[in-house]
Amino acid sequence: MTRELAPVALVLVSHSRALAQGAVELAGQMAPGVLLIAAGGTDDGGLGTSYEAVERALVEATQDGRSAVVLTDLGSAVLTTESVLELLDEDVASRVRLADAPFVEGAVAAAVTAHGGADLGGVLASAVHAGSTFGDAAESPAQAGASSDDGVLRAVAVLRNPLGLHARPAAVVARMLAAYDARVRVNGANAASVLELMKLGAKQGVELHIETEGPQAAEARDALVAAVEGGFGEV
Amino acid sequence: MTLDVAWAVDWVRRSAQTVTEHRQELIELDRQIGDGDHGENLFRGFSAVVAKLDALPAEPADIGEVLRLVATTLMSTVGGAAGPLYGTAYLRAAKATGVTQLDSHGVVALLEAALEGIVARGKATTGEKTMVDAWTPATEAAVTAADGGASPAEVLAAAADAAHEGAEATIPLVATKGRASYLGERSAGHLDPGARSTELILRAAAQAAA
Repeated sequence: MTRELAPVALVLVSHSRALAQGAVELAGQMAPGVLLIAAGGTDDGGLGTSYEAVERALVEATQDGRSAVVLTDLGSAVLTTESVLELLDEDVASRVRLADAPFVEGAVAAAVTAHGGADLGGVLASAVHAGSTFGDAAESPAQAGASSDDGVLRAVAVLRNPLGLHARPAAVVARMLAAYDARVRVNGANAASVLELMKLGAKQGVELHIETEGPQAAEARDALVAAVEGGFGEV
Repeated sequence: MTLDVAWAVDWVRRSAQTVTEHRQELIELDRQIGDGDHGENLFRGFSAVVAKLDALPAEPADIGEVLRLVATTLMSTVGGAAGPLYGTAYLRAAKATGVTQLDSHGVVALLEAALEGIVARGKATTGEKTMVDAWTPATEAAVTAADGGASPAEVLAAAADAAHEGAEATIPLVATKGRASYLGERSAGHLDPGARSTELILRAAAQAAA
């Protein structure tokens, strides 16, 4: 592993060692370039959260100048993390944010955003926003921010993947678009959000209506159309 | 009359003793409305604290040093919410007691700092069926006793009595914070285990001062 890690790491704190490791595995599949650290269970492998395990994870996550976003499951995972932050070196603690987000969905969304090279605030927002993707996709920030149709570029591409826009291609889209200074919507969903893309439930053969705006709207649109038509390398 | 470092050490040892004696009771209380680990967690945590006290090369320099040892050990060894909650309580109390002697107002400052730590960490307020329902009346009773000229031992006894009343008063409450809140109405009719352990620990403090 010589590849460089993203500037923001994730620490997943759970009462269960298996749950934390499973979430790391799931998020890692979609974001191989992000340092993901599991801090689950007590030191003897039981159910609970370990002050020392969380502390170790945060110190490792923030090495080499990285920042870190922490996701937690039940109440005491939050309390333990806050306690660690209260006693940790100010230099380290200042680079850590605790996300008020659903554990699994937040971890996946944050990992993909972090993989795109986003900063601490961007990764945190992605995790927090994952909670609202259970609701109506029409409330996404990308749509709320679209004040007028002026400057919006549009394209239509047909989805070729046999399994539709499932997790892997959705992650490919979100990661790819992070490289462009553009806001992108696919059938109304915020294309920067893996969860919103997956929630479209787009199946093989459907038309994807792509809308982009921003300084690199044209580049983002063209790259996305090419990826869709290329079947995301799956067909 | 004042309390010294020996009192703080004795308090910790008596706390370990009382959570050991009441381990099964706390487990049962927590099993009714939580995850059943409170008794086991506190037993493990305070046992570890005593082991660390026994291993100290020299007597702690001040009361705050004893409480800081309790704080960091509980945070590391107690898996449930009680670890960070009690840990933060002792940590804030340690910051308020970097002295070798505590008078009645010093005892009040210790209790107030501990309560503040629990509230800051747990974001709970009174009436939510948590340890705050024992700590709050305990601290208020301590203030009243100290203002009335009571000795440190009397202040702690008043706090322990009030913690007992506060803990008993959690029985009819419906939990709105912590694991018990998932039970909703079904949490009513049970004594909150965190309020009960608060009472035990404050009683230990009073007995160490008596």
